[in-house]
Amino acid sequence: MSTATQRPQSNAAASLQLSKDQLLRMYHRMYSIRQFEEHANDLYLRALMPGLTHLYEGEEAVAVGICEALRPDDYITSTHRGHGHCLAKGAKPDRMFAELLGKEAGYCRGKGGSMHIADPATGNLGANAIVGGSTGIATGAAFAAKQLGNGRVCVCFFGEGALGQGVLYEVMNMAQLWKLPVIYTCENNMYNEYTHYSETTAGEVLARPAAFGIPAESVDGQDVRAVNAVASRMIARARAGEGPSFLLCNTYRYRGHHVGDINREYYRAKQEEQRWSTERDPIKLFADWLIQQKLSGSAELERIQSEVDAEMKAAVEFAIASPYPPINQVDQDVYA
Amino acid sequence: MPNTATQTEVRELTFAEAIREALAEEMRRDPRVCILGEDVAEAGTPFKVLSGLVEEFGKQRVMDTPISEPGFTGIGVGAAMTGLRPVVDIMFGDFLTLIMDQIVNQAAKIHYMSGGTWKVPMVLRTTMGASRRSAAQHSQSLHAWPSHIPGLKVVLPSTPYDAKGLLKSAIRDDNPVIFFEDKMMYRLKGPVPTEEYTIPLGVADIKREGSDITLVATSSMVQVALGAAKMLEESGISAEVIDPRTMWPLDEKTLIESAKKTSHVIVIDEGYYRYGVTAEIASVIAEGAFYNLDGPVKRIGAMHVPIPFSPPLEDATIPSEQQVAEAARELCGK
Repeated sequence: MSTATQRPQSNAAASLQLSKDQLLRMYHRMYSIRQFEEHANDLYLRALMPGLTHLYEGEEAVAVGICEALRPDDYITSTHRGHGHCLAKGAKPDRMFAELLGKEAGYCRGKGGSMHIADPATGNLGANAIVGGSTGIATGAAFAAKQLGNGRVCVCFFGEGALGQGVLYEVMNMAQLWKLPVIYTCENNMYNEYTHYSETTAGEVLARPAAFGIPAESVDGQDVRAVNAVASRMIARARAGEGPSFLLCNTYRYRGHHVGDINREYYRAKQEEQRWSTERDPIKLFADWLIQQKLSGSAELERIQSEVDAEMKAAVEFAIASPYPPINQVDQDVYA
Repeated sequence: MPNTATQTEVRELTFAEAIREALAEEMRRDPRVCILGEDVAEAGTPFKVLSGLVEEFGKQRVMDTPISEPGFTGIGVGAAMTGLRPVVDIMFGDFLTLIMDQIVNQAAKIHYMSGGTWKVPMVLRTTMGASRRSAAQHSQSLHAWPSHIPGLKVVLPSTPYDAKGLLKSAIRDDNPVIFFEDKMMYRLKGPVPTEEYTIPLGVADIKREGSDITLVATSSMVQVALGAAKMLEESGISAEVIDPRTMWPLDEKTLIESAKKTSHVIVIDEGYYRYGVTAEIASVIAEGAFYNLDGPVKRIGAMHVPIPFSPPLEDATIPSEQQVAEAARELCGK
């Protein structure tokens, strides 16, 4: 297994005391994301979903560990691989599936699709289909939070591909100059689309935020408790007015760049994929820990699983049965 | 113009002073309004348009940024979504090239992509216009670019009075508005009432009434058209000068009605002639007034060349009063 840097990673030993309710909610959310993505892939294969989608399977611990540390009124910005962030921040799967299918009941009334799910009610400023495209928006939300003194923070999710975009460094510079409450969260799933990040990324990733004086740490992105622990510290720091942080989450994308990226041997080996999914699966690791610590048992986890399975099945059925938006909505919402 | 016979006091202000007054009034009225940009605070911008604002409103609301146009424009977009009403300052319109993702992919589309749930009430002020001897990267008039994008509104004021009223409306608008100021007009003086007023976006203004030909002109070209109209008067041609004031929304009705009345139209704009706003406006008029026109709608814009440095070359690229007057005489057969 590769790690993104040679620096020691934060680990679960630093974990905060989480209540059993919190731990089970985190399990519920991680499992929900996994099931959501399985259904999304299935909808694509059944030709029920227009276009493409980018699946988050394998990275669940990152979104869930971080969003568990946020308040409901805190902000996030998300990416083209955004379903996990939306669900972790509290979005409902039925309206998400409806959006994926371009239906009127979707979060964006079908106008955004998979890559643009946004939801003011959960502080989701929107997924963004431009790599690095939401880094300005996230920093702007932190700027407004500071100006308005409302105590909110913003988590800016982006993949390691966004490390190649100049705007990221422009806004990190300003965030540190102005001590803005933003947490830059780099999900390093190791592949910029179809290219290993080592071919695109010079030097050490953490040295980049460090150059601005931004505290930066890397964490095992497959360990939801470790992610939660370090994110909680960074969020508390931001809320206290001490400025931005940078969190590098080392993780792995189980599937292709998008659902149609099936034959991947030319850029990564099947053995590598297998190793991650068998040895480093974030949901299995967390379940094992919960059972080992006697915080839960297989019966309880199975009960959660069947609840989620039923919810996802109903959500997909809702989306399929929902109507498309009427054509007269095509030119609505261009201007506020 | 307001009726000056009422009690409203009217002073002469420069274009720059009118813009500054609009910003100051809106910042006093609404604490959410703030300014972001390069050298906007103590320097008051290189054109001194913002002088004095930081003294009144402080550095929290008049924020100097690094030279990072995409970064601070993006910050403006995010801040607009989450409760502020930022006015982003892009020193030269040529730098729109640096921020196209932020205004075209982000600001313009967020309201639509989110199904109408998020709004981006942001104003982006920038400059346009050649003849400052600033060469190819500081002289362009690129207002056709944002005008092409659904979700953006585009404003081009031509007088101090219009600049103030339109900027106040732009700041109160819930959409991203790109506001173009011609650098050569900052010292232009004109009457501005002391009493508060706004000018709605999407309403053209008839700058001079006439009956023989319609000169549709934008920004600094309004002065060129008015100069040409005077010359034409001597040739016995009565020219009407109309300023659309906003490229989008576009007041098609006023343009078409004038064309129907005069039957001759020239559209003058400082942006590039090829694929420029003159083409769109001419097409709107041709479609709306075809059966009343006595000839094709003529267009005059900047030559299709990078703006040259050398003064005689630069001057040759920009529409002139003589050029407009000649074209008008030809069109009217006089």
